[in-house]
Amino acid sequence: MKEKIREFITKNFLFGASDSDLNDSDSFLDKGIIDSTGMLELVAFIEEDFGVKVQDEELVPENLDSIDRLADFISRKKVLA
Amino acid sequence: MCGIAGIFNLHEDREISAGTMARMLSVLKHRGPDEFGMYRDGRAALGHARLSIIDLSGGSQPMCNEDKTVWITFNGEIFNFIELREELIGRGHRFRTHSDTEVIIHLYEDHGPGCLDYLNGQFAFAIWDKKSRELFLARDRMGIRPLFYAMNAGRFYFASEIKGIFAAGEIKREIDPAGIDEIFTMWCNVAPRTAFKDVYELPPACYLTIKNGVVSRTQYWDLVFPEKPEEIGFEDAVEELKRLLVDSARLRLRADVPVGAYLSGGLDSSVTTALIRNFSNSPLKTFSVAFEDKDYDESSYQNEMAKALGTEHHEVRCSYSDISRNFPDVIWHTEKPVLRTAPVPLYLLSRLVRDSNFKVVLTGEGADEVLGGYDIFKETKIRQFWARFPESQTRPLLLKRLYPYLPAFQGQSKAYMEAFFNGGLSDTRDAFFSHRPRWQTTSKNKLFFSDALKEAANGSTPEDAFRMCLTPGFENLPPLSKAQYIESKNLLPGYILSSQGDRVSMANSIEGRFPFLDYRVVEFCAKLPPHYKIKGLNEKYILKKCMSRYLPERIVKRSKQPYLAPDGKSFFNDGKPADYVEELLSESCLGEYGYFKPGPVRLLFNKFLKGGAIGFKDNMALVGILSTQLLHYRFIKNFNCDVTIKDIKVAG
Repeated sequence: MKEKIREFITKNFLFGASDSDLNDSDSFLDKGIIDSTGMLELVAFIEEDFGVKVQDEELVPENLDSIDRLADFISRKKVLA
Repeated sequence: MCGIAGIFNLHEDREISAGTMARMLSVLKHRGPDEFGMYRDGRAALGHARLSIIDLSGGSQPMCNEDKTVWITFNGEIFNFIELREELIGRGHRFRTHSDTEVIIHLYEDHGPGCLDYLNGQFAFAIWDKKSRELFLARDRMGIRPLFYAMNAGRFYFASEIKGIFAAGEIKREIDPAGIDEIFTMWCNVAPRTAFKDVYELPPACYLTIKNGVVSRTQYWDLVFPEKPEEIGFEDAVEELKRLLVDSARLRLRADVPVGAYLSGGLDSSVTTALIRNFSNSPLKTFSVAFEDKDYDESSYQNEMAKALGTEHHEVRCSYSDISRNFPDVIWHTEKPVLRTAPVPLYLLSRLVRDSNFKVVLTGEGADEVLGGYDIFKETKIRQFWARFPESQTRPLLLKRLYPYLPAFQGQSKAYMEAFFNGGLSDTRDAFFSHRPRWQTTSKNKLFFSDALKEAANGSTPEDAFRMCLTPGFENLPPLSKAQYIESKNLLPGYILSSQGDRVSMANSIEGRFPFLDYRVVEFCAKLPPHYKIKGLNEKYILKKCMSRYLPERIVKRSKQPYLAPDGKSFFNDGKPADYVEELLSESCLGEYGYFKPGPVRLLFNKFLKGGAIGFKDNMALVGILSTQLLHYRFIKNFNCDVTIKDIKVAG
């Protein structure tokens, strides 16, 4: 799953440019990878590719702000589903 | 309003060919299609393409003084020319015409470069003083009218647009990587740099003198914000602002042709239109852009305003494909990359004005800079307030009050918003505190730069260049004044008045006039206490108080809506890229031009092809990359400057 997320982030936000710089625990916000509107793209990706529905109150950095956190969040949602 | 061009031999007399001058004027003929004129001697050649507005029969240029020792080619308007003319006649000057051009000549005779202090207008001109063997070039205070120059092999070239200089055929056409780097940081260049290597822009409020082969530049005016605001009661300030605006509009209605007005549906253009309606006898036609995409359309407000003021209203409807189809021509006119498509609808609007047989329009440009209208000013205020107590849970909530018109912005959570606006929060003493989030986000798109571009742009940063333009004492100004100063010196001339202003209106031979940019209005507003301009988070407060009784309530109460147009989406209508987009963003074309990395651009391209939600940053990337490619295609690869004009009048 992490590979799939990494591929999406790299392709969609970094345009393949600096893959090697991105660790699984790096904050997308701190690294400036996701801008103030980019989050919507991220949510669309999770919903479409992993079949989970993200609630408004779940739109917080704790769930979405690194490859690790996203993977955890998606796993939790899948268990619940 | 016109196009000007010329060549000056820096060291000795040498023939300047009439054919070269004809080429330079040919590429500027959109600026002045009514007549063409040229003056030549051994040292200097001045050219002029005229759009006749004042003294239709007598105002031909280049023009000279009584004894033919001072010659001028002039683009623009001197709005107080009637008053200046009377004074000059009182001092014994004889006038042959009723044009504003002749006023500059006589003022120059009396005051030399000091003549600029007397001019209330929007202008760029060159004066060749044969007696002192000096060439003098100047530009208006705010940078409304353009002037570019370059030098090669002992010659100095100037023109209203860069294409005029290139048409002479002596300046190498090459894109300046540092110029691209600036635009991918601040959305515009820091004058004198342009997007082209070794071609310079005369910065606003500056003049050049060239004598004995030496070129020197002087700034004759600056926007002055006091460290402590002037003590003036609010009611008195309201009255004074009104008096100034009425007078500014009155002067700007001076023309020997009818004057129209743009109406965007927002406060500023409503104010200028109301000024014309209520304080002059001019019949009024108004013009607007309406968008097919409802997210951008403001026609209900435009129509309401037109109805309230009883104007004869015209609109042009703009679709996605209109934007895509006209974008290449617009880049030919902007002469620099842009990060937004917003200049395109304004290009279509000036075409509508021309097709309605108008040559002059009043617009509301400048009000946001002068009176604190932009969200970036409110944003700065909130961030400043937040920075005093960074742990506060409630202070950043104020950020929600920004950008009420952006669903994508309003939809995001507090944490995300905080993270975006947190950029540079810890350093409120940073000179560019206000602009840090914008510049940081924009700069992210440099990841598309090729290694060669990055390497070539490496050197002084855009920020360093801009820091050199700051007024002494800048660091002691109040935060709002700092942000206003930056916006007025940087984006206003570099983008708003050029790519969205002069270049796209003059493309259709339309002259814009800006009552808010009368220097008396600008100077007065700079001295006002910041809270008169933004009260709490209510922007342009004093303007609303001053003009509300002339405007429908819905317009005054409306939350600020910036002018935007659909960006990247326009180029991928119905899931298909426009032909030229596919071509210019292809791996081979990107590789050939050499500015961007083909791989990452392909991923960006595919993202737009797929559609769906796409953020601001990526839209800026697509528009910026595409416009850079177009710039190369039109100016470097396929530059065309055939002589297309006849009947150039020779003066002398």
